[in-house]
Amino acid sequence: MNPRRKKRLTLAVALIAGVAAVASLLLYALNSNLNLFYTPYEIVHGKTDTGVKPEVGQRIRVGGMVTMGSMKRDPDSLHVEFAVHDSAGGEVHVTFDDLLPDLFREGQGIVAQGVLVESGKLQATEVLAKHDENYMPPEVAEAMGQKHEKLDYSEQKPSEGYQY
Amino acid sequence: MWKWLHSYADPERAYKLSGTLLPWFSALAILLIGTGSIWGLLFAPTDYQQGDSYRIIFIHVPAASMSMAAYMGMAVASFIGLVWQIKSADWAAAAIAPIGAVITFIALLTGAAWGKPMWGTWWVWDARLTSELVLLFLYLGVISLYASFEDKVLAARAAGILAIVGVINIPIIKYSVDWWSSLHQPSTIKITEKSTMSTDMLYPLLINIFGFGMMIGAITLVRYRAEILARNGMRPWVRELATAEEAK
Repeated sequence: MNPRRKKRLTLAVALIAGVAAVASLLLYALNSNLNLFYTPYEIVHGKTDTGVKPEVGQRIRVGGMVTMGSMKRDPDSLHVEFAVHDSAGGEVHVTFDDLLPDLFREGQGIVAQGVLVESGKLQATEVLAKHDENYMPPEVAEAMGQKHEKLDYSEQKPSEGYQY
Repeated sequence: MWKWLHSYADPERAYKLSGTLLPWFSALAILLIGTGSIWGLLFAPTDYQQGDSYRIIFIHVPAASMSMAAYMGMAVASFIGLVWQIKSADWAAAAIAPIGAVITFIALLTGAAWGKPMWGTWWVWDARLTSELVLLFLYLGVISLYASFEDKVLAARAAGILAIVGVINIPIIKYSVDWWSSLHQPSTIKITEKSTMSTDMLYPLLINIFGFGMMIGAITLVRYRAEILARNGMRPWVRELATAEEAK
């Protein structure tokens, strides 16, 4: 390899290495700020690495699983209440006054954005459903005991045909 | 060792080689995308959670993964162009950039269309979505840098440096869902362990990913040939080609 090429190669490699170093330091410094949401555990006990705990009145997002059997719906309005938990053992109560996404089910992962009205209670303005990376036909899911029924909102039986 | 490779840096040989490869890429692309899409959209089973809506995956995932692969291709071409000063490599990088931008845009668009019914929102500023948007801006930056210099050697150098610097975004896109909490789900297709997708959905998806790769290859070849002709308009072999074409 002639010296001019060698010089350019060194420069190009140094450029890549430099940018990589800058980017990794930047991302490392911003690490906790790049998370989309707090887990319920972090809201109750503070973040594991920094101990930062969201204050009451702060606008935050919480992400976790909807606790089975925690869903309460007001029969006269859109008001719903449910609990969101994570595997670390934290639990946060969420209230919401709007339409829930299609994929919202008990046991389903969700991300709720809203204001922390008191410690461990979130008044959500937006609820998003999070789905996981697993894809399978319904029969397989049923065989694995993972059937996800849509929530039955009405008093009547759900109409036939439109069921996952 | 690499001497035989150097002969392909010659514009005329690169032009002829890409002309020979083009029909193969095109045929494979049509075959693979045809098979994968028909299988995926019509015959693959519905998903237990998302029903038929998940089928957009057969477009979204190939577009997204190929947006990153095309970027790597462009960056490698720029690197070769910059270090060895091979102009044919610079032209290849310039040929890939707009295709990468379009495929990134398709990935973002199909992702938004999928996000609205499933998540409940078109867009959320999580790490995966934001870094993919940054990829689109990187492509647009490379395109505009290459277009804004009259002197194409200088243009390729400026665009090439941006393309190489932008490579840092690729691992960030890939691992964003593992490093940070995000609304976007983690990877389904895994290289080291079993993919978390039933095989009758996975096969059409993989076929479509390869099909998209072939399609990008084919379009790149077409654009590459045009770029070679545009940059060598004064060369005798291009003139010969033009007169031969006119005589037909």
